[in-house]
Amino acid sequence: MFRLDPGSGVPTYLQLVHQVEQSLRLGYLKEGDRLPTVKETVRALAINPNTVLKAYKELEHKNLAVGRPGQGTFIAGTLGRVGPAEQKALREALLDWVRTADDAGLDAEGMEALFASSLRDFLDRRDGKRPRRGGSQAARSSRQAGAVA
Amino acid sequence: MNLIESSGLAKRYLRTWALRECTLAIPAGHVVALVGPNGAGKTTLLNLAAGLLRPSAGRISVLGGETPGSDAARRRIGFVAQDAPLYGHLRAGEMLNLARNLNLTWDEKRARSRLADLGIPLARKVRQLSGGQRAQLALTIALAKEPDVLILDEPLASLDPLARHDFMGSLMAAVAEDGLSVIFSSHVVAELERIADYLVVLNEGRLQLAGDVEVLLSEHRILTGPGGEMVLDSSRIAVVQATRAGAQAHLLVRTSARDDAAPAGWLFSPATLEDLVLAYLRDPKASVLPGPDLTAAAEGQAVRA
Repeated sequence: MFRLDPGSGVPTYLQLVHQVEQSLRLGYLKEGDRLPTVKETVRALAINPNTVLKAYKELEHKNLAVGRPGQGTFIAGTLGRVGPAEQKALREALLDWVRTADDAGLDAEGMEALFASSLRDFLDRRDGKRPRRGGSQAARSSRQAGAVA
Repeated sequence: MNLIESSGLAKRYLRTWALRECTLAIPAGHVVALVGPNGAGKTTLLNLAAGLLRPSAGRISVLGGETPGSDAARRRIGFVAQDAPLYGHLRAGEMLNLARNLNLTWDEKRARSRLADLGIPLARKVRQLSGGQRAQLALTIALAKEPDVLILDEPLASLDPLARHDFMGSLMAAVAEDGLSVIFSSHVVAELERIADYLVVLNEGRLQLAGDVEVLLSEHRILTGPGGEMVLDSSRIAVVQATRAGAQAHLLVRTSARDDAAPAGWLFSPATLEDLVLAYLRDPKASVLPGPDLTAAAEGQAVRA
């Protein structure tokens, strides 16, 4: 089931999308699993049904889910899970960068801000400039998205 | 189809105008929040829509042209007045029987199963129910007549946070199941963003702001920058409200300019629905209504920018 972080500033539908993505990455959800129905979700979270529909549409658009009329929405795809060796190498490279930034006198918040804004610039450039409430905010907030419980 | 359509709508009690020059067109299929301080005219507008009051001037129609108060309109509207008025000395089951006999359409099975799901005993007297249970009983009765629109006047006012969450959760589940429209008044601003997809702000008897929440949020931004005097191109950026605190100024602005088109030294950030409502309520003179002229002009500016 989903949970919401009202103080995060991330639009509610994106929080739902992120939580499904996170669960896919962590292996909590797999292909064929049924997502909670719109009615179940809105009852539990007290949110507008359109928000859930929008989140599920976004997941369908990303080919991660498919809606079957009368049955519900089902997980249809997987998110590229990076292999352990590759993940380790990426982590090492990032740690090198953190050390360099630390030597340069940047504190933790400074590093986080710099990483977030670089990631945003990268995504903006890669995906072409998209409206603010879509792409760039997704990038800014993906770090904050919690896992599906 | 429009849920509510009004033009020049006004209501006067003796010498006091409770509502003036209210021109609205709210499309059906929305969950509409009607927001404003006490005395803004919220209850008056809802009572006019429900057909419990007659306009002093202007026109109002509901559900695609029906006259409020007509048989056709009454059959399709579920109305719960403020504080969910019920008969305290009746048992919950007797309250259902009463409502069944007062309404032409009635889904008894659904009403009973709804109360069972909520754990509200039919034999319990209404006055012995908690505030949350009474609100749920009133909602159950309003839903059992299978309305196309539910009008709720301050449904959350007397509920604690848990009862508020449960009430809104079950209301939203009903919306998901039946696709009915909802219009509710509230002065609890913080929880609106998750519930409402259409916003109407009334202030001092006048309509101040009305529109689709997503559109309103995309058109409003917080602009933060140095305090002191600033010259903004008012054709591109309209200041709704300005707060100056020392060296910094926060402006709630209405603009279609892109984030990277902020004036030098200034930063755009997204506004929440709460920011927006509070900014408009603080300045009763500020008003923006959705209209083809404004939108077209804004788009023209965006292209030029």
